[in-house]
Amino acid sequence: MTITRRSMLTLSVGAAIGVVAGVRSGPAAASAEDAMAKVMEFAGGSEPATGTITLDAPEIAENGNTVPISVSVESPMTDGDYVESVAIFADGNPSPEVITFNFTPMSGEASATTRMRLAKTQNVIAVAKTSTGQVFMDKKEVKVTIGGCGG
Amino acid sequence: MKKHYLVVAASIALAGAVSATAFAGGPVDEELVIDGEIQMTTRTAAPEGHPLDEVISGWHYRTKETRALEADTFENPAMLGVEDGEQIWNTVEGTEGKSCASCHGDASESMAGVGAHFPKWDADSGRPINIELQINKCREERMGAEPYAFDKGGQKPLTAYIKHQSLGEPVSLDLAEGDMQSWWDKGKELYYTRFGQLNLSCSNCHEDHNGEYIRADHLSQGQVNGFPTYRLKQAALVSVHNRFRGCIRDTRAEYPAAFSDELMALEVYVTWRGTGLSVETPAVRQ
Amino acid sequence: MAAVKPRVKGPKSASAGEVITIKTLISHPMESGQRKDNDGNAIPRQIINKFTCEFNGQMVFSCDIDPAVSANPYLEFTAKVNEAGSFKFTWVDDDGSVYTDEKEIALK
Repeated sequence: MTITRRSMLTLSVGAAIGVVAGVRSGPAAASAEDAMAKVMEFAGGSEPATGTITLDAPEIAENGNTVPISVSVESPMTDGDYVESVAIFADGNPSPEVITFNFTPMSGEASATTRMRLAKTQNVIAVAKTSTGQVFMDKKEVKVTIGGCGG
Repeated sequence: MKKHYLVVAASIALAGAVSATAFAGGPVDEELVIDGEIQMTTRTAAPEGHPLDEVISGWHYRTKETRALEADTFENPAMLGVEDGEQIWNTVEGTEGKSCASCHGDASESMAGVGAHFPKWDADSGRPINIELQINKCREERMGAEPYAFDKGGQKPLTAYIKHQSLGEPVSLDLAEGDMQSWWDKGKELYYTRFGQLNLSCSNCHEDHNGEYIRADHLSQGQVNGFPTYRLKQAALVSVHNRFRGCIRDTRAEYPAAFSDELMALEVYVTWRGTGLSVETPAVRQ
Repeated sequence: MAAVKPRVKGPKSASAGEVITIKTLISHPMESGQRKDNDGNAIPRQIINKFTCEFNGQMVFSCDIDPAVSANPYLEFTAKVNEAGSFKFTWVDDDGSVYTDEKEIALK
């Protein structure tokens, strides 16, 4: 072994200063107002009701890079009454849009799952719009943890 | 003088962080069954001479969402890498006009169980060899192809593909081969040596405090039975030497080169510490 | 970047009127446009921005995708199967590339 604890210590000082001095500046995050503005735009003026839609998201995400989310909306999914689309927003990401699921009666159910990025702890919002003009909303806070010594 | 002061301050800060979050629940009591078919051994009695009573896969320390990703080979995003590996296995490269398959045929037969027993003794080089180095040896000696640089080319996907053929097989090393025992000894010495400005050894986190939290990170035993592993942080396959280097870097130390004597010795020792765990490649971690 | 590769998983057969679950995964970095390279230059956005699932030529499910969807996008959704036929899955990349996969399904 050629590496001793002392040489590791000595060699690492420079690197550590870099770490301390390096200030991370990320893009500005969307505000809760921006996200709600997007929700209202999607809702087309209707006030979203609670219930009928369920958003599943972890309470704590181990890493914000890959956060599983699922949404499901109770609906007969017939030609006369079905969920047209569900939009997902996040109120602390650089921009609030995440994904919009578009359903048809052939979907059978209005449910979908994906994996999303969360820049930090924030609210994830799901809004459903039905063919009969109803709008439903659900919201979950997801805590995004920072890692160990490496961050 | 200033240097020493920094080290002491960092150590105190870390000690505080560890004890303040000692409420942690430890490993979850769940079973890992891949695709509802392959029963994995993720907890088992430690081999003789092991400092812990039980060896526990890192899978037990992750959230239910992360655990679920590994339990389904379709949902496991690392399987995309394994599929890349399969393609590489069958691709002819080099001056000899050969692919891996030209000599080894169907990997599901020829490589079954093989990955559970690396690192192995390599008499030619007089040192232990892992799957990455075995691939390079084949490329140079049999295929007439350039060896892969660390983590480059097909190294990670091909290693993952080969190790995946041992999914569920218990890890076991033959320390009686060649000089393996002395490399194990060297690896053990490194495992317990404190490095870097944070003055941390592998054992400080992974032996003394596994099950507890370091900041928001649930410390595991640092087992390597699932490498190359998909880390959500990188959203990609991560090799075991990359992870070793990352851990050493996070102690704020300069890290040894991949496949150096130091990291090969550490791989031998750390792999042995997971004796009896199923190969989980490709595992999914945070 | 390795070749973009779609994967689809669903049942090979279903009863008439059954609602089946379909899972899809495609290898793609989903470059968000928010990151910088080592020299501090912005890495241009390149994502899968649209996904569609059609059955015998009729739209079943689709999504409009933003950069907040994770690398290697995973989508799980349902489809009601009334007849035997063929699912067609399409992913659209920012660079104009289109990736497709197809799956046949029989009636039980």
